[in-house]
Amino acid sequence: MAKRRTFESLTDVHSLLTDKTSVKEPVERVFADEIEGSGVERLDDSPETIGGTTRIRREPANYGAGDRRSLVSTPSRSDSVFKVISFTAGATTVGIMLAVGLFLSVRANDALQVEGINFLFEQQWSPDTHEFGIAAVIFGTFTIAIIAMFVGVPLAVGTALLLSEVVRGPLRGFLVSLVDLMAAVPSVVFGLWGLFFLQANVIPVSKWISTYFSWIPIFAVQDSSTGQTLTEASAFTSSAFIAGIVVGLMVVPTQTSVMREAFSQAPVGEREAAFALGSTRWGMIRTVVLPFGRGGMIGGVMLGLGRALGETIAVYLIISPIFTINWEVLKTGTNSVSALIALRYGEATQFGLSALMAAGLVLFLITLIVNFTASSIVARSRSGAQTN
Amino acid sequence: MTDVTTFERPVADDLEPGPVPGVGQTAPPTVIPNPADTPIGPRRGVRESTLDERFNIIGALLAGPAIATVLFGWLTPLTGPVGWVVIAYLAFIGIYVLLVSLRADREEVKDRVLSVLLISAGVVLFSALVFVVVYTVSRGFEALLHVNFFTQTMQLAGPLDGLDVGGISHAIVGTLIQISIALIITVPLGITTAVFLNEIGGRFARFVRTISDAMTALPSIVAGLFVYAAVIQLITHQRSGFAAALAISVMMLPIMIRASDVVLRLVPGNLREASYALGSTRWHTVWSVVLPTARSGIVTAVILATARGIGETSPVLLTSGITAVMNVNPFEGPMISLPLQVFDFVKSPEPALIVRGFGTAAVLILLVLLLFVIARIIGGKGPGQLSDAQRRRASQRSMDDLQRITTKNYALPAPTPAPIDTEEPTP
Repeated sequence: MAKRRTFESLTDVHSLLTDKTSVKEPVERVFADEIEGSGVERLDDSPETIGGTTRIRREPANYGAGDRRSLVSTPSRSDSVFKVISFTAGATTVGIMLAVGLFLSVRANDALQVEGINFLFEQQWSPDTHEFGIAAVIFGTFTIAIIAMFVGVPLAVGTALLLSEVVRGPLRGFLVSLVDLMAAVPSVVFGLWGLFFLQANVIPVSKWISTYFSWIPIFAVQDSSTGQTLTEASAFTSSAFIAGIVVGLMVVPTQTSVMREAFSQAPVGEREAAFALGSTRWGMIRTVVLPFGRGGMIGGVMLGLGRALGETIAVYLIISPIFTINWEVLKTGTNSVSALIALRYGEATQFGLSALMAAGLVLFLITLIVNFTASSIVARSRSGAQTN
Repeated sequence: MTDVTTFERPVADDLEPGPVPGVGQTAPPTVIPNPADTPIGPRRGVRESTLDERFNIIGALLAGPAIATVLFGWLTPLTGPVGWVVIAYLAFIGIYVLLVSLRADREEVKDRVLSVLLISAGVVLFSALVFVVVYTVSRGFEALLHVNFFTQTMQLAGPLDGLDVGGISHAIVGTLIQISIALIITVPLGITTAVFLNEIGGRFARFVRTISDAMTALPSIVAGLFVYAAVIQLITHQRSGFAAALAISVMMLPIMIRASDVVLRLVPGNLREASYALGSTRWHTVWSVVLPTARSGIVTAVILATARGIGETSPVLLTSGITAVMNVNPFEGPMISLPLQVFDFVKSPEPALIVRGFGTAAVLILLVLLLFVIARIIGGKGPGQLSDAQRRRASQRSMDDLQRITTKNYALPAPTPAPIDTEEPTP
């Protein structure tokens, strides 16, 4: 492969000459045959032309100086094939994604036609008696996700700032890799930890909060019928609070890496300007890094929120499912859409499955809105679109 | 932020008019200060902390828990370890503020306290994450010590049997088969789509990018539900490894596309242009310039997507079915995978099964760790960034080329020119 080697050494020469790879948006290249009505006549590929070399059309005899020469590029066979294949791949991807969306919508339609708008306000879930709605499960989903954000966001922002501003040298590289690695730890592992370790050990915390802060309604733990304050351990074991802590810990690595990416891109000139004006490190962070990384922060939080809303296994292992809206986050019993699907798909009739699909579709739409909001905020921020 | 006094620009009226040099007068000569006159002070270490600062932090670290202990033991009716930790931390912060403010102004106090808070957040997060992993491995360690844990299936092991019977070989095999099928589907499709987004472009490519972004928001359980309803209920009528692989593919595809897309976008445009300038075709440019340049990044993308795919539990829960026997046929009958096996083990109250569950989770973590380390070794470099050895070789090659081009000694036999291969690469 002599030819190949030429190219490789080109690459090498390039990197030899430039320390930094220049990041450019790919240039839109227009080939003459793509311009419709350009009056270009196709040249047949004669065997001695290699690939799609540019050839000059035979000029008419009365070719004047004022006329423009047309450069006609004839795509080679391999190019046409390449274009078709890559286009097909893109179309297939879109096809798969649209198939998921359409299939869910069509199947969910049966259930939605029966229940109508009431689907959003009904708390019970018994599709076979046509009494089902997602008010309670959506409420639980959001409760868990919001608690996860309360646990996760301070940790994520703090750690991201720590990694981009405070820690230096090899330790920083090690910790950054550790965060990335933790983002790949399977959620079932976190679920195990939540089930076997946290459930037992977090009860004193829940008790402590509910004892000292029960004057805030959401921290009270009361018997729903009598209104008595509960203090036994069983009232705290499978609460939204515990699930929220686990899910929060699970999404922190993702959030941290997005935020760190944004913070570390803050322009050095502005940082040094802040220091030169006599600011402390915190002053510099507050006036340069945080404003610059605001988009990345919001994007990271929302990305984590999308993950937290869709988390299944950890929640399924920890909570004890109920179908009423429970405002008391420390009290046992909550629910989420994904846990509901995991719980009920096996015994569902065709209609029940349709109802589950409707719930899944609502969850999908919510996460879609969250994700697109996040990516648009990040794309419009100064730190640019780097969310992956 | 420190108060920065804004300087107002002096207006022309405020300026004292200096002496205007008249005719015949010359302006005073410019004097350049002699740098040798300024005394050179001792070198200041900007990154090191003074003894004073170290004492502040040590003192606060000792005083905080001490105050909490005194409050909890003797002075107030406070109880519980949680309260103790909270009070100790608050006392530590308070004492630290006091100690720093003895010697510094408000700005510095704020700066120090914030640094302490950031470090606390980091310590809490990293210790929690490491603790999750260590806890899992330590509780499952007993199971990992048995060889049969890796070589047997659970077919002959009852729920009350000890750890010396039964194992998870069927789950390991299941995971490998499912992830292989998912990779066979997603690697070509994902990378080709990423190439399409970057090299072909246009309006449809933007649409594809939007759709694949939307797809990253698909909750995994919904992907499982889709495959369950569309494939299992309509076509195969039984749970199988292939259905699980399809569900994993739906999850992995958008990750793969986005990661490869980012890597391909980093390939310098002038490499492409150089290739076109040499007269190569689009396909040839992609195949011999763009993809080789981004090779390490793409491999990293694939490995990280694999790590995510291996750990997915919820789509597999709905699609693969649960079994205790070895099944190597992905199209026939249930086929369990590692995360699902963990889930299945820990639903039981039996201690031996729970230990097996933790052991399985430990195997899963080690697998992800292994993939991650491989990705770090291969990747970790942007396109076009070379190791030292590669850089030396490249410079040697280009020196050779330079000599070959500029040599005037025609007595030497000219190097044989490389044959131009006219055969078209088959896409």
